[in-house]
Amino acid sequence: MEEILNNSEIGHSKSETLTVPTMAQMVAEGNTPEILFWVGCAGSFDERAQKITRDICKILQHVGISYAVLGTEESCTGDPAKRAGNEFLFQMQAMTNIELLNAYEVKKIVTGCPHCFNTIANEYPGLGGKYEVIHHTQLIQGLINEGKLKAEGGESFKGRRITFHDPCYLGRGNGVYEAPRAALEILDTELVEMKRCKSNGLCCGAGGAQMFKEPEPGKKDINAERMTDVLEAKADVIASGCPFCMTMLSDGVKHINKEQDIKVLDIAEITVRANGL
Amino acid sequence: MIGQVIFIIILLAAVYLFGKNVAKVRRNILLGKDTDRSDNPTARWRIMAKVALGQTKMVKRPTAAVMHFFIYVGFVIINLEVLEIMIDGIFGSHRVFSKPLGSLYGLLIGGFEVLALLVLVSCVVFLARRNILKLRRFSGTEMTAWPKSDANYILTIEILLMMAFLTMNAADYKLQALHFGHYVTAGSFPVSALIAPLLPAGADALATIERGCWWFHIIGILAFLNYLPYSKHFHILLAFPNVYYSNLKPKGEFSNMASVTNEVKAMLDPSFVPETTEISRFGVKDVTDLTWKNLMEAYTCTECGRCTSVCPANITGKLLSPRKIMMDTRDRLTEVGNNIDKHGKDYTDDKTLLDNYITREELWACTTCNACVEACPVNINPLEIITEMRRYVVMEESQAPASLNNMFGNMENNGAPWKYSQADRFNWAEKE
Repeated sequence: MEEILNNSEIGHSKSETLTVPTMAQMVAEGNTPEILFWVGCAGSFDERAQKITRDICKILQHVGISYAVLGTEESCTGDPAKRAGNEFLFQMQAMTNIELLNAYEVKKIVTGCPHCFNTIANEYPGLGGKYEVIHHTQLIQGLINEGKLKAEGGESFKGRRITFHDPCYLGRGNGVYEAPRAALEILDTELVEMKRCKSNGLCCGAGGAQMFKEPEPGKKDINAERMTDVLEAKADVIASGCPFCMTMLSDGVKHINKEQDIKVLDIAEITVRANGL
Repeated sequence: MIGQVIFIIILLAAVYLFGKNVAKVRRNILLGKDTDRSDNPTARWRIMAKVALGQTKMVKRPTAAVMHFFIYVGFVIINLEVLEIMIDGIFGSHRVFSKPLGSLYGLLIGGFEVLALLVLVSCVVFLARRNILKLRRFSGTEMTAWPKSDANYILTIEILLMMAFLTMNAADYKLQALHFGHYVTAGSFPVSALIAPLLPAGADALATIERGCWWFHIIGILAFLNYLPYSKHFHILLAFPNVYYSNLKPKGEFSNMASVTNEVKAMLDPSFVPETTEISRFGVKDVTDLTWKNLMEAYTCTECGRCTSVCPANITGKLLSPRKIMMDTRDRLTEVGNNIDKHGKDYTDDKTLLDNYITREELWACTTCNACVEACPVNINPLEIITEMRRYVVMEESQAPASLNNMFGNMENNGAPWKYSQADRFNWAEKE
């Protein structure tokens, strides 16, 4: 399945069918996957994020990593409960998840969401859940470094201006700034930084459980504020690595009526497109 | 002789008073709950050297960083001169270091003069930024009359002290040229030589000016020292321990509450016997529920407003201001401390940090994005106070906003924050 598709119009059409193994299946067959893909709630239920979830699976399948998901056994990490102050609910979720993960003897986890990443990597160890946890942009960076992922055979991003919006729980929260950018640097494209980027990055407005409530009274919404940075950078692609940022940024682009000119894409989607997976 | 006696009395009184007020601040800080920050001393010394001593987080705003650096270096280095002034004051000597240091003395005094000028200029620029340019960072709901005056007092006092120092040197310089009395030739005066022509020519008048400035300068410094515990300027001392005791974990990591772990373990496993822990409330309602580190941070805050200026909630017009969280915490703690002084240890008023100082609207505006934590030049963490107060509101009062209660309900029932069935969680794999 390594045919080279130079035409960007048909860049998506690589024909491998996606099969997603679950942990339960794998174990029943006596197999141990190398890595568990923690999908997360947004990745499981949000329509836009579901697409990104499938793209992450496509990447894993493409490079031939043995992986599995928890499927219906997965449950929320408890992140939004914890940020909202409900430590009880968080720890209930955490301990139930840890019990499951430990039962499956999981060693390594990749997440599709910076919130799941932060919670499992930093807050689960104290409750008995110790795993090597990476975010999917770090997975992609690693695969690029190993030469297993390139940016060829798919859509060309030539002539586009791409900017990366740092998710708070990936960037400031955990100091991961370079991995997502590494995935963009291999594209033949112009990478631009917004005025507020990396450790100075502006939040999309969804964190701290804001995603699940109306914003407090104010002059404007935070994602609208973020659009001023996007316009100033003259970017036509906003790349992100977080399903909540995805929602907020997409709404922000809609808010300024730029849906035709500015696309919001996850690093996984860009990788899949660039490789025609 | 009488001058020496007066000087020693003033010096002892100033040091005593300062010690007493510092002890009070220390007592107030220790009203906080215990938290262990004694781990990893190597990393702590390193971060203190980098962030407090090296001021690495200041450089994000270069203009302020350079000016602040002049004042900081000026403050630290000119203190060597204050040491000489102290010795001269106690023993009635004059420029006691000039003999033993020889030609180095001239270099030092010359260096102090240049620094004094830089401090003076920086303070003038800072005053202009606050009062003429009116930078947005220095306004906001929490920047009421007192915080604004406090900043202006500090800058004005520093300007006056530097002017006294330079005028004293100028008079000394002229007296040295006249070979008057004990004014031996010592030091070099690159800056004060320029203002010397403005001073009178008579030796008596010059000596009066020199002594006047000498006394004004040293009494001013001692008075300023005693102003510190009442002022945001206390940061010049607390910045160092505050950075030493920084959170060394990733910023995204929130603490796991051990008291909750016990209860959750008991719920999941009926045979679990928790260790006996002291019963206290969940989260933070008043300052005494915070940790000593939170309280130390409140006293360390110098109200620069970098946190608030990068807060997404504040930028978009919400009520939340991280600087206000820190100032409210300090003001409430001072109030609690004053109550203890007046009415004894067990006195409680009917006020709390929550509601009387910090409103729920402020707490619920936070996105926990850590921008405030990242921006603080002395590693203060307003976010921890916000989340701890959310914990109180949610777990003790069950007063979360209705939409968040819905989210909690969904998570409990379906394992997701939305109203989707757990059984549908894997449906994404079949779409395309």
